[in-house]
Amino acid sequence: MALLQIAEPGQTAAPHQHRLAAGIDLGTTNSLVATVRSGLAETLPDAQGQHLLPSVVRYTAQGIEVGEAARLVAAGDPLNTICSAKRMIGRAVGELISLGTELPYEFVAPEAAVPRIRTAGGDVTPIEVSAEILKVLGRRAEETLGGELVGVVITVPAYFDDAQRQATKDAARLAGLHVYRLLNEPTAAAVAYGLDREAGGVHAIYDLGGGTFDVSILRLDKGVFEVMATGGDSALGGDDFDAAVAGWLLGQAGLSADADRGTLRYVLDQARAAKEALSVQESVGVHFELPQGGSWQGELSREQFAELVEPLIRKTINTCRRVVRDAGIGVDEIEDVVMVGGSTRSLRVRAMVGEFFGREPLVDIDPDRVVAIGAAIQADVLAGNKPDEDMLLLDVNPLSLGIETMGGLTEKIIPRNTTLPVARAQEFTTFKDGQTAMAIQVVQGERELVADCRSLARFELRDIPPMVAGAARIRVTFSVDADGLLQVEAREQTSGVSASVEVKPSYGLSDDEIAGMLQASIEHARDDMDARRLVEERVEAQRVIEALHAALAGDGDELLSADERVGLEQALQDLTRLAAESQDPREVEAAIVQLEKDCEFYVERRMNSGIRKAMAGHRVDEFVQEDGREVD
Amino acid sequence: MFDFSKNYFELFGMPVGFLLDVAELSVRYRELQKVVHPDRYAASGEQSRRLSLQGATMVNEAYQTLKDPLKRAQYLLSLKGVDTDAGNRTLDDPAFLMQQMELREALANVRGAPDPQAELDGLLREIGDMIKAQVAQLAVQFEESGPEQLSATAQTVQKMQFLNKLHAEAEAVEADLAEAY
Repeated sequence: MALLQIAEPGQTAAPHQHRLAAGIDLGTTNSLVATVRSGLAETLPDAQGQHLLPSVVRYTAQGIEVGEAARLVAAGDPLNTICSAKRMIGRAVGELISLGTELPYEFVAPEAAVPRIRTAGGDVTPIEVSAEILKVLGRRAEETLGGELVGVVITVPAYFDDAQRQATKDAARLAGLHVYRLLNEPTAAAVAYGLDREAGGVHAIYDLGGGTFDVSILRLDKGVFEVMATGGDSALGGDDFDAAVAGWLLGQAGLSADADRGTLRYVLDQARAAKEALSVQESVGVHFELPQGGSWQGELSREQFAELVEPLIRKTINTCRRVVRDAGIGVDEIEDVVMVGGSTRSLRVRAMVGEFFGREPLVDIDPDRVVAIGAAIQADVLAGNKPDEDMLLLDVNPLSLGIETMGGLTEKIIPRNTTLPVARAQEFTTFKDGQTAMAIQVVQGERELVADCRSLARFELRDIPPMVAGAARIRVTFSVDADGLLQVEAREQTSGVSASVEVKPSYGLSDDEIAGMLQASIEHARDDMDARRLVEERVEAQRVIEALHAALAGDGDELLSADERVGLEQALQDLTRLAAESQDPREVEAAIVQLEKDCEFYVERRMNSGIRKAMAGHRVDEFVQEDGREVD
Repeated sequence: MFDFSKNYFELFGMPVGFLLDVAELSVRYRELQKVVHPDRYAASGEQSRRLSLQGATMVNEAYQTLKDPLKRAQYLLSLKGVDTDAGNRTLDDPAFLMQQMELREALANVRGAPDPQAELDGLLREIGDMIKAQVAQLAVQFEESGPEQLSATAQTVQKMQFLNKLHAEAEAVEADLAEAY
């Protein structure tokens, strides 16, 4: 295991050892993995030379099949073959039904927060299904690269809400992958394009995938990708095109819309094939076997197809209009429109998007691969393989975050399109005399009424000292990190009583559930868990050691006194030795924490020095003063 | 990490004052984020990641505050000990309040107009011009900055709050019109 080759005590590890990192595009229909090798980002094929891995998992009594093998038998075994898990991740069954998602599965306890699907291989959640896909891609990367991955970047639709992001991260944990960052798909696409083209200015990314739609407006400037606004629909995509065509086919063939699941899946497959064919030909013949015997034959033209899908495309154009407005710019200021996602192969989509933005959309990079390529570039930078790289991605939160106040109204605390990371606080008070507890309902969405927004979590602040109504001062702080994950804390100011949650309970899995699943997936539970943790802690120790070595080599002499330096070198050696020798993961963990504590002052000095350097060369009085605010 | 007691202007190395080169502010904002952003510490230890998260959060907040004239004015007043967030202030300017009522009425009637979009464009322009006038007013008032100026400045800030809210509502109406179309 290359990672665990620990240098002899006192011997400095090579500071720029290349770390293996990968970008994963976990798609609704297909998934991909990409990595940067010899400075070039490329997607990785499987042993058969296929880059796209169909996001399909089949569970049988014999085991689990992932990808093409599962997709081929999906129509014949619809109940045990899970397609489009991404549409279900982070959502409850009831919610999926209200979104009108086609769900040919059998749900265990449909009222549960996390959907469980009954299969011949046991009950599974969409998180576990996604984890299987991630495992296959992770393994593909490790086999290709010949070593263990230190970290991955996984892409998500920009419009994914907190629960969907949490669930995606949970899936990665189940798959045993260390996530550097959840990256928004449009931003990833911009990275793939931007670095190749050295482009500046304002760009729009239109991303229509199998099951999700996103549009983002980004400003590019000297390696910084600043998302100005984003929007979309996490339940709209090429699957809906297929469904529209399938509905038409069923009608033409005189079949009922509630035909059996095998037939539905079969007609959907025919619809998808017809749709794809129309990207290259004017019309396509469709022919299929009828369940009651005999067959049906018909023709689908581009015009007919356009008529079927236009209402769906128009929905995406309305979203584009809103996002351009949110960005505070005019359509004419947008220099380029980048097309991402397999569904942008549809000529009707290209035409309507081109018409709205008033320019020919860019389709230079394969729309299926562009997101994975961007993720790989970002993963390479995050792994520290490009210490001089200037690239920085500043994402925003896609949906407003707030809490419920009296009367079921939403009070927004962080408005949508705020640059991450962000923390905002707001004060609330009690409405009854002597009130000692307060329930905090965390919601996400744009609507005024809580009932119309997504409820993310609910928690209680207790032991508020009894006071008259309106006297207590409860400060609620929302913090959203660079991944878009939310943490909420509430504190009563006069007494200091506090409560906090990492938001996830409503639709995600609890830590216990994840631990249980991890355990279940490991044969000799206890020993292996320890062994696994030991490996993880050693990897973490190695990360810390390498980072400190690199730092010392860079600016140790400049920022540390001789004594301080000797002290840190000693602490470094201690951890290096312990990480190599100890068999106890807890001991290694404690030693890492200790080392981090020992070098706290140094970390602070380094950041300060970085800031000073960044601001150096600017004098306070060097520029003409004028107010640059523009009012539109 | 960096000194959290620094005020937002010092953080960006810019002079404390209402007149501000916003383009230069954006340049410095990006330079600062390149140093503090959590992505710079993805491969570092837990502690560096936490510090950088706090730092990047503060840089974002500082940028959002200084970039916007209303927030910048409020922040400057708060540095001088005047809290404009407290909702208990009264605005003593009947003419301004009357004008606000008329504008609101006009906004409410936009949908019924023969050409709602044209009507709305006119309103948005009118509100935008009024905001610009208040910004210019603030620039003058902050220059003079005597103690008696502070309460006059706070009044202007309050007018800006009214106008910004109205502008946001007019934009919301525009969004509705666009959806309907």
